[in-house]
Amino acid sequence: MSYKAHARWLTALVTMLIAVPAWSSEVQQPAQPAAAVWSSFTDQGSVFAAISESEVIRLADVSSANVFNQNLKKHESNLAPPEDGIHDSNNEATFALQPPKVAFKGLPETTFGNQVDWVKSIDQKALAPRWDRVNPDEEPFVLDMDIVRPVKASMPDVVFPHRQHTEWLACSNCHPAIFIPQKGANQISMSAILLGEKCGVCHGKVSFPIETKTCKKCHSKPKPDDWKPPLSSATTNNPWK
Amino acid sequence: MALNAQRRNLGRSAVFAMMASLTAFALPQVAHAEYADVVINNYADAAGMRPVVFPHWFHRVRFRCKVCHADLGFQFKAGGNKINMAKIIDGQFCGACHNGEIAWSVENCGMCHSGIPGTPTHFHGSTVQRLIAPTYKALEKPADKK
Ligand code: HEC
Ligand code: HEC
Ligand code: HEC
Ligand code: HEC
Ligand code: HEC
Ligand code: HEC
Repeated sequence: MSYKAHARWLTALVTMLIAVPAWSSEVQQPAQPAAAVWSSFTDQGSVFAAISESEVIRLADVSSANVFNQNLKKHESNLAPPEDGIHDSNNEATFALQPPKVAFKGLPETTFGNQVDWVKSIDQKALAPRWDRVNPDEEPFVLDMDIVRPVKASMPDVVFPHRQHTEWLACSNCHPAIFIPQKGANQISMSAILLGEKCGVCHGKVSFPIETKTCKKCHSKPKPDDWKPPLSSATTNNPWK
Repeated sequence: MALNAQRRNLGRSAVFAMMASLTAFALPQVAHAEYADVVINNYADAAGMRPVVFPHWFHRVRFRCKVCHADLGFQFKAGGNKINMAKIIDGQFCGACHNGEIAWSVENCGMCHSGIPGTPTHFHGSTVQRLIAPTYKALEKPADKK
């Protein structure tokens, strides 16, 4: 009995999960198959019928045949606070908060993160954030020094530019807690970055996010023409070569 | 006996089905917030206040990171600074600016305490969160606060 019961809710779970992306589709289909799946539950008791029957049927009764890219989520960006899903719209002051779109008007755009190119904003003087809490005239100490980090894999090499960073940050934000200030002294890998270490302390949180569109911002130096992928030790030490 | 077992099983599957449909419908909402918004909720919920939403984008239009993260000593860790109202009124953390001189002062509770009750401390839009924990679990309320 328990096997059968488990199998039933598992099927339901899977059906729901598969059906979710199709939920928003415009294409409406007859409700036949869903009703069949559903009735196998409802006959067990009223508990299931009580959990929002209409919602579940809406999930399951839409064909996913005409959904072009079913897992690619498109969502609007820069929503005003009352609609953004983390601000409470029952709070009066929420409506006094500034919508991001209003603040970002006139700043150079991108297609990721805040949809704002923060580096260009400063370079073009479209934005002049203070370097000091009270004195608007204090200038940052900008260090123009690029550090090239050769990448073992076939991705272009990484160029770390001090200039763009010291426009925003003090040396002590990175040195020595995140990076020892010596070329090549730090072990950096993509997995560490994705887990929120090294460059990932800021990138992927406040500075531009790490996604397909941004790889080239860091991986910006093409490999030399004669570059070949390194051979693994299994190949180089192969005694039967 | 057998009947009991069946009931228990049914209850469990109902909970599962509910969780599945809840996450399915709750998620798209959460995903719309502005990149780099921080929800800070170490103490607020337990004290009956809405969680705090700190908008990075709004502040970086006015200040460089250095002002907060070097001069004012904010650590790079959501919820890691143990901010509370006593410290703010004393002029630390948010209170270094929200003092009626650089920015409006602390009596505007709702401007900072604007999050949906129950939202746990997190960094909105973070790559780590997307990869490892795509759904936010609400924190358990302490038993005596229910
Ligand atoms: C370096 C100074 C500074 C610090 C530190 C600071 N703020 Fe602010 N904050 C400002 C300024 C300036 C404004 C704009 C005030 C105005 O528009 O009059 C502001 C505005 C805001 C707003 C309103 C945004 C809007 O949409 O109008 C919120 C919310 C806020 N701050 C929350 C916080 C919280 C929470 C903290 C602490 C975690 C904090 N701030 C720390 C300077 C600061
Ligand atoms: C955003 C983080 C960050 C900031 C801010 C930063 N650095 Fe660096 N720095 C790095 C990284 C990354 C390296 C390369 C380390 C490596 O290759 O292992 C580096 C390397 C260095 C090196 C070694 C260069 C060499 O050739 O060996 C020096 C010196 C240095 N930084 C000085 C500074 C100074 C001075 C400032 C402030 C004006 C500063 N850095 C600000 C991240 C930073
Ligand atoms: C302490 C925070 C911090 C760390 C750590 C950090 N960055 Fe950045 N980085 C920033 C900020 C802030 C900007 C400004 C642009 C933005 O916010 O999107 C930036 C910008 C950049 C840019 C310039 C993009 C452009 O449009 O010109 C590159 C490239 C970059 N970072 C690469 C790296 C690499 C590679 C590392 C690790 C070795 C790293 N960063 C570590 C904060 C950081
Ligand atoms: C914030 C800057 C940054 C971004 C964005 C970034 N990378 Fe990297 N990546 C690095 C650094 C730094 C290294 C380490 C280089 C080294 O060995 O010193 C690296 C290394 C790698 C490696 C070599 C394996 C390893 O872990 O060392 C691969 C492959 C790679 N990145 C792929 C990608 C892809 C794909 C993307 C886009 C989704 C991407 N990277 C985006 C900074 C970045
Ligand atoms: C500038 C932003 C800001 C303003 C304005 C503000 N708070 Fe807070 N408050 C915070 C932050 C940040 C925390 C820490 C949140 C956490 O970790 O849960 C906090 C925590 C609290 C807490 C729980 C911790 C403690 O200190 O007891 C209470 C209660 C609280 N606030 C009440 C208020 C009241 C009442 C007002 C209006 C008079 C107010 N706050 C105005 C930012 C603010
Ligand atoms: C007005 C003050 C302020 C400014 C300016 C500011 N931050 Fe923050 N930052 C905060 C606060 C507040 C937190 C949350 C700390 C907490 O919850 O205790 C935070 C958290 C962070 C974190 C922690 C993320 C994690 O892992 O949880 C990072 C990284 C960060 N900020 C980077 C930046 C960068 C990069 C800039 C500049 C582009 C910047 N911040 C500008 C106030 C500021």
